[in-house]
Amino acid sequence: MPQITYRQAIKEALAEEIERDPNVFVMGEEVAQYNGAYKVTEGLWEKYGDKHLVDAPISEAGFIGLGIGASMLGMRPVMEFMFWSFCYVAFDQLLNNGSFCRYMSGGLMNVPIVVRGPANGGTNVGATHSHTPENLCANHPGIKVVCPSNAADAKGLMKTAIRDNDPVFVMENTVLYGQKWEVPEEEYLIPMGKANILKEGKDISLIAHGRAAITALEAAGKLAEEYDIDAEVLDLRSIRPLDVEAILATVKKTNRVVYVEENKPFASVGAQITSIIQEEAFDYLDAPILRVSTIDAPQIYSMPLEKIQIPDADRVVKKVLKIC
Amino acid sequence: MTAKKKTKSVKKAERWQDVDVHELAKLEINQRLTDEEKVRLYTDMVRIRRFEGRSLRSYQEGKIGGFLHLYEGQEACAVGTISLLGADDHVITAYRDHGHALAVGMSMNECMAEMYGKHTGCSKGKGGSMHFFAPDKNYWGGHGIVGGQIPLGTGIAFALKRQGKKGCCLAYMGDGAINQGAVHEAYNLAGLWDLPVIFIIENNAYSMGTSQARSSAYPECLAQRAEAYGMDWDTVNGNILYDVRAKTYEAIKRAHEESRPTVLEVFTYRYRGHSVADANHEKYRSKDEILDYKENKDPITLTRKQFIEEGVLTEESAKDIDKAAMEEATASAEFADKSPFPPATSILEDTYWSMDNKGQDPQIDELNQGRFIFEDGGVYDK
Ligand SMILES: Cc1ncc(C[n+]2csc(CCOP(=O)(O)OP(=O)(O)O)c2C)c(N)n1
Repeated sequence: MPQITYRQAIKEALAEEIERDPNVFVMGEEVAQYNGAYKVTEGLWEKYGDKHLVDAPISEAGFIGLGIGASMLGMRPVMEFMFWSFCYVAFDQLLNNGSFCRYMSGGLMNVPIVVRGPANGGTNVGATHSHTPENLCANHPGIKVVCPSNAADAKGLMKTAIRDNDPVFVMENTVLYGQKWEVPEEEYLIPMGKANILKEGKDISLIAHGRAAITALEAAGKLAEEYDIDAEVLDLRSIRPLDVEAILATVKKTNRVVYVEENKPFASVGAQITSIIQEEAFDYLDAPILRVSTIDAPQIYSMPLEKIQIPDADRVVKKVLKIC
Repeated sequence: MTAKKKTKSVKKAERWQDVDVHELAKLEINQRLTDEEKVRLYTDMVRIRRFEGRSLRSYQEGKIGGFLHLYEGQEACAVGTISLLGADDHVITAYRDHGHALAVGMSMNECMAEMYGKHTGCSKGKGGSMHFFAPDKNYWGGHGIVGGQIPLGTGIAFALKRQGKKGCCLAYMGDGAINQGAVHEAYNLAGLWDLPVIFIIENNAYSMGTSQARSSAYPECLAQRAEAYGMDWDTVNGNILYDVRAKTYEAIKRAHEESRPTVLEVFTYRYRGHSVADANHEKYRSKDEILDYKENKDPITLTRKQFIEEGVLTEESAKDIDKAAMEEATASAEFADKSPFPPATSILEDTYWSMDNKGQDPQIDELNQGRFIFEDGGVYDK
């Protein structure tokens, strides 16, 4: 299998879906003529033109709302946030209109929209540009939230998201954009709600989402090499729908859990998963569930300090050693 | 201070005040109405009035929960504008949505039942008074966040244009909504991309208890802000059905033929408080003001007068229409009363398309995981 970047994988997903369905269009700031702030859409405007790649003015509430309205008439908008950090100026549209219109109409309508863009820290851009709103968004029934950790997932999940009839928020990661993974050459889809075991193991479960899954994998390597601990790494892929079965299965197998995430810890995804595990698999636990999250403060700018603030493999290893 | 010289725009803004019904009647768009159609328009206005009256009673009886924003006094706006729409035209509005719902052809029964929170309501009792929907009638709600529906309406227009359809979207808002940022973002997109949308400001002079003068800079005319976004605009006498039709017709033509947006400011008046909970509405406006509107500017009275003059209605037939509307409204309250509440299981339904359409999509069962029902024992749904 050829290796391609995470960025390229998303671009291929967008291109393939544009070719498949004339209703698909990508809209966002700088997505067309500028080739995308992070070059995810590079070359697509040249190839597919104004009908499929639309540069929007800097007005997130306006264009996200417009995308939702267009989706009500059967369009398949893929809306880009230059950063998910900018979602808050459009939050009313995303939540009250994107996620609730179907419900409030008693199921008479649906909103088949994808909202995508990077949602991560770790790039020294300060608190305003380092948000990870997956927990906030997943708190709203009606929305699906996807956090791909690698190129193959990013492509397969993006294609699924575009074909899905509900609003799907895809949270990408600027740190991963340039990294390469093996990606199948033939067409494929990855369903939402199916977690992925990145590494089998028997001593402890490292459960994670987004780039934290890669961090967990790295930690699992160190644990094996330096401490002879065989960790299983479960990548959730999507937060909502959530693969509860896979979570419980790994807990029942290893009886120990550390949740790894780049969310801040208070009311985070990890907090939710912890609650589910203690409710559903309490008897299988041999130790308290521990969590490794981004340190609970607004994201710091200073380069060496932000490295400390977000989880790395060493922090995960330390946490694991407390219960293994 | 020297008196301000009136600009061209101010003159245009004030144009709505001196419309002449007889002149308007001669316009082709009004001329072409058959007697039957005129009776229908009148009937629809009366039906809204009576429906609102009946829902107020139901609210006072404790049958309707939450907020109730009544449309009495504004009937000519919904009926006049919507009377011009064709199969490819769409409607979206705010929470004061009963008038538009009835005007697009939704039944009193489904609307009343919705407010009663019944399973037979248009949204199965999930939306309530502020959230009526009927996509089959191109009616996209019913939205509770002030100004939030305006980007959606702009998106509907975007989709129509992109799909190569000839339709347009009427997106209604109040005079208070005009100060929301999302409205201006949508204005910019509509002007920038030549979208076939008509923004209709139903200016009933107040946003809750705040008069327009206390909420908007340059309050003489809200529609004129359209100029900043390269859009056409006009002002409308919302008490004169023929004026509503005439100005809306021009805007629809512009949307259909040139794919250009328009802002219309319809001067109208609400008789009731902002919502029924707004019992003190005579504190921010005078009894005399309300009385003046009811006695001299009432859209239903003025329309009736005109239609009687034209020989389309008689005092008798008008009374019959009123009686029938009252009976229909009473029947809708009885229908709502008798209807069942939705079953508890419906709390979870209609959240995700993919959950509601199990079996139609190969991935559904997986998608269904991770849904939480806080029932006894707090288990999740598998
Ligand atoms: C974002 C938001 N802010 C405040 C409110 C509360 N609110 C509901 S209606 C209203 C007044 C709006 O007035 P206007 O736009 O003139 O419409 P009208 O009620 O006169 O039809 C307010 C303040 C709301 N629903 N949404």
